[in-house]
Order: sequence, then structure tokens, then C-alpha cells
Amino acid sequence: MAALNSPQASAALCVSGLAKRYGGTPVVNGLDFAVEPGTCFGLLGPNGAGKTTTLRLCLGLTAPDQGQIQLAGQSIPEAAQTARARVGVVPQFDNLDPDFTCAENLLVFGRYFGMKDADIRTRIPHLLEFASLSNKADAKIATLSGGMKRRLTLARALVADPDIVFLDEPTTGLDPQARHLIWERLKQLKSAGKTLILTTHFMDEAERLCDRLIVIDHGRKIAEGSPRELIATHIEPQVIEVFDETSGQLGQFAENHRSLAERVETSGETVFFYCRDPQPLLTRLHACPGLRYVHRASNLEDVFIKLTGRELRD
Amino acid sequence: MASVPRLAGWFPVWQRNFLVWRKLALPSILGNLADPLIYMLGLGYGLGAMLPSIEGQPYVAFLAAGTVCASTMNAATFEALYSAFSRMHVQKTWEGILNTPLGLADVLAGEWFWAATKSLLSGLAILIVITVMGLTQGPMALWAIPAIVLTGLAFAGLGLIWNALAPSYDFFMYYFTLFITPMTLISGVFFPTDQLPGWLAFAGSCLPLAQGVALIRPLLAGQVPPDALLHITVLLATAGLAFAVALQLTRRRLLK
Repeated sequence: MAALNSPQASAALCVSGLAKRYGGTPVVNGLDFAVEPGTCFGLLGPNGAGKTTTLRLCLGLTAPDQGQIQLAGQSIPEAAQTARARVGVVPQFDNLDPDFTCAENLLVFGRYFGMKDADIRTRIPHLLEFASLSNKADAKIATLSGGMKRRLTLARALVADPDIVFLDEPTTGLDPQARHLIWERLKQLKSAGKTLILTTHFMDEAERLCDRLIVIDHGRKIAEGSPRELIATHIEPQVIEVFDETSGQLGQFAENHRSLAERVETSGETVFFYCRDPQPLLTRLHACPGLRYVHRASNLEDVFIKLTGRELRD
Repeated sequence: MASVPRLAGWFPVWQRNFLVWRKLALPSILGNLADPLIYMLGLGYGLGAMLPSIEGQPYVAFLAAGTVCASTMNAATFEALYSAFSRMHVQKTWEGILNTPLGLADVLAGEWFWAATKSLLSGLAILIVITVMGLTQGPMALWAIPAIVLTGLAFAGLGLIWNALAPSYDFFMYYFTLFITPMTLISGVFFPTDQLPGWLAFAGSCLPLAQGVALIRPLLAGQVPPDALLHITVLLATAGLAFAVALQLTRRRLLK
């Protein structure tokens, strides 16, 4: 934590006191964090928490009202264009060029980085292979599936061999197979020494990929640490979710056994018992055949919901 | 990775649009050429048969010069409105480019030069056709080419202003009905402006299309345009100022 108080030159990204308002409403409200090179950093938060605005600020696409940003050793927004030469971005919504083939998309994007055509053409087969799209070099974008498009967008972000890759909700809208493939590729990138900075609201994604993460809500940081640390600090290790099938006993059961868990939460027809020792409660549940339950280790999603609440954020 | 200096940051943006255009080049040129030529031939020979010569030339030659100017204006305008809007707002192409080392000035300059290029292609195509038809007089007509580029840059810049303000494609209709169409009628494209009330003729002569007409029509007739420097200066100023305003408005729209 000490490192965070003194912005370091060695950090891939270092943000301090960052604030941005739109029409008087604070969207980012005093954020501090630093990302070590070669790690995967997660920016988590419910919809509207300020994740995308934070990324836009870090890339120099909008000016902060307050605060300092250092990206790839450059001051943002002043030297944003220089910094972006070392950065790749996978945006939340695919903006591939529909008029071009996969290979042409990579060629045209490489030119934006000032690369020579010959250098880009040498890289294209490797990039397509990385994206598992080797046989799609000449395919039009409209013929690709959602997963393929996202992989091509990732390959496009890597065209100039960046040190840092920003990913805004990289697997939103993808099926499980496509998500797992993206995760595999992101792990490969991390092994290759790239710094990954991603936003997500999939907690399993953050738990799998992130070395460190922060949770933000209403533009403020509300938690910070590794996924394990956050689970250990913020929440009881075991969860028993109890659902009522038809018996109508759930309300009474929860009332009678509240004391067997450190914390009890009700959401619709489900009661969550968060506890350190699940055995006493499990024994009681065996005696109530009308109730179904799931017993599991608590995870980052439990932390997230504890920190940001269960209400919808649309 | 090898890097070229950022001085020409607009070039890869221009190049992107050129690559898309190249795939559809022939139908695009024919499409741009057909409509103005049909009007020019229909009105030029049909209506022209009933008219005396205008400013010492047959009506069809008078109209041919106007058509070069109007086509140049239309091509730049369509590109800076509909096509640029697709790339900015619908396909989010600009957003993708802004994630690279290029900045908004590079993107907008690339679009500006591209729209001017499209207008040059359009104006040039008409120029070639009317030259083959014998409606231009001598090598002086070659000087119309830089005048077409200037006219294209002015209208591309003006179009990009409207693009920066547009909430949707429908908004562009107002630009045509309130600005482009009336201007075409009072700038001497179809008929000499001395047919108009004095104040209207004066208003027309201040508009950028009239500047293009004032340069291009004499050049195609083999003459040095009167007040050429003034018209060139007005077109240059319009182009530069319009681009600066468009850049500021687009910055406010996309980088807020």
C-alpha cells in the first residue's frame, strides 16, 4: 500500500487524485491506484460506477478535472499520443472496419501506429494465429461470430506490440467457449510480460485473471487487493444458499437459524448464509427436506455484492 | 517497430478511406458522373437550344462550367456529411483510431483531405467529359484543377462543421435545403446572377460556391479569371476557418 502513496516512475499506470464531473455530477471522484508492469489489474464496479470514464481518462481521451495520470512513463493527457504508441486497446463495443477483411483491418490499424506496411504484413500471420483466425485472413467482418470479432479486436490491439493492453469488458456478450479462449489468450499475454488493465463486472473473470484489483462505485474506490485478499478481508469463507421449492418453510427457517451464520441476506426466494463453520447449519438443513440448498466457498462475487449492494444498477 | 514521424498523421486516415473507395471505385465514379451529366446535357442542349449565347459562349458550355463546380461541392459535401458521419457515429471508426497514437486533429484532417480528394475525382471526371465534348477552350482549363481542390476543401470543411453538430442522418437534409440548394441557385451555376435582384446577387457572390464558379468558368473558357487572387483568398480562408471550427466542435463532441 505504501507504494500507492508515492507515484512510482516504474509503474505502467499510476493514477492519483483523479476526478471528473459531467454536468455537475461526479463520475470519477478521487481515484488513486497504480499498476505494476507485467501484472493484470482489474477495475471492477457495477454499471455506471465510472469504469469506462476512468479508462478514457487514462488514455487521454478526455481531460480530468483534477488529478495526475502517468501512463507508460508519460503524463496524461499532455503526452497521451506518445503514451498510446505503447498501448493497445480492446474497446467495449467492437469497432472493427466492416469494409475490410480481417487482414486488412490489421494492416490499416498498424498504419495508425506509423508502422511500415512490410512490418505489419510480417506480423499479420502471427496475430491471426494468436486470435485463432488463421483461416479467416480474407473473411469479411460481417461473416465473423461475436467471439471471432472480439479475438480480432484483441489481435488488432497487439498490432504494434504494445507493453500495456487496456480491455474494457473483454468477454461481455460472449458464450462460455469464446470467453475461455479469450482468458487463455490474456494469460498468454501476461506470461509474455504485458501489463493488462481490464474492466469487468464478471467476478469469475476478475478472480481468474487479476493479480490485483480495485472495486469502484460512484466513482470512488471502495476496496483494493488481490482477489484472495479481498475474499479473506471482506467476507466469511463459506456460503450456503437456501432456496424454497414449495414448502413455504424458508422464512421461518431463516428466522430460527439466523444465529448459525455470521451474516444472513435474503434476495427474492433465496437466503444466503455467510459463515465460518457451515456444519451446524448443514445438519439442520438435512432435517428440512422441503428446502434445497447449495454449499460453496465464498467468492469475489459475494464480496462485490456485499460492497456494492444487491439493488439493480441500470 | 519502425515509426514514421507524426507530421503526416492524417495520411493513414486518408489511406483508410482510399482503400475502402478503391474496392468500389468504378461504380462510385460512374454514379458520381451520371447524375450531373444527365442534368447538364438535358438542360444544356434542351433548354440551351432556346437560349441566346451567354457571356459569349453557348449555354451548354456555360452550364458545363457550373456543373464542374456544383459536382465538386456536392461530392465534398456528401463525403463530409453522410460518409464521415457513418465513420464517426455509426461504425465508431474514429473511436478506434483515437485509441492509437493518432489524435483527433489527424482524424479530422484525414477526413477533410479525403472529402476534398473525392470532390477532385468528381470535378475531374466532369472536366474530362466536357473537354472531350469540346466544351473547354485550351490548356488554361488545366488551372481549373487546383481551383477544384480549393472549392472541395472549402465545402469539406463546412460539411465537417455540420457533421460535428448532427444528431442523426436526418439533420443533413436541412443543410441541403437551407444552404446547398439555395446557394446553387444564386451562385451562377445555372444562369448568370445578373438575372437576380441586386442584393441577392451580391449575397450569392459572397458564398463559397460563387468563388469557385468565378475561378473555374473563365479558366474553362481559356481566360484568366478577374479578381483571381481575391477568390483564391476567400476559398482558402473559408477552408481553413471551417476546418478549425469543425475541429473544435468535434473535440467537444467526442472528447468531452
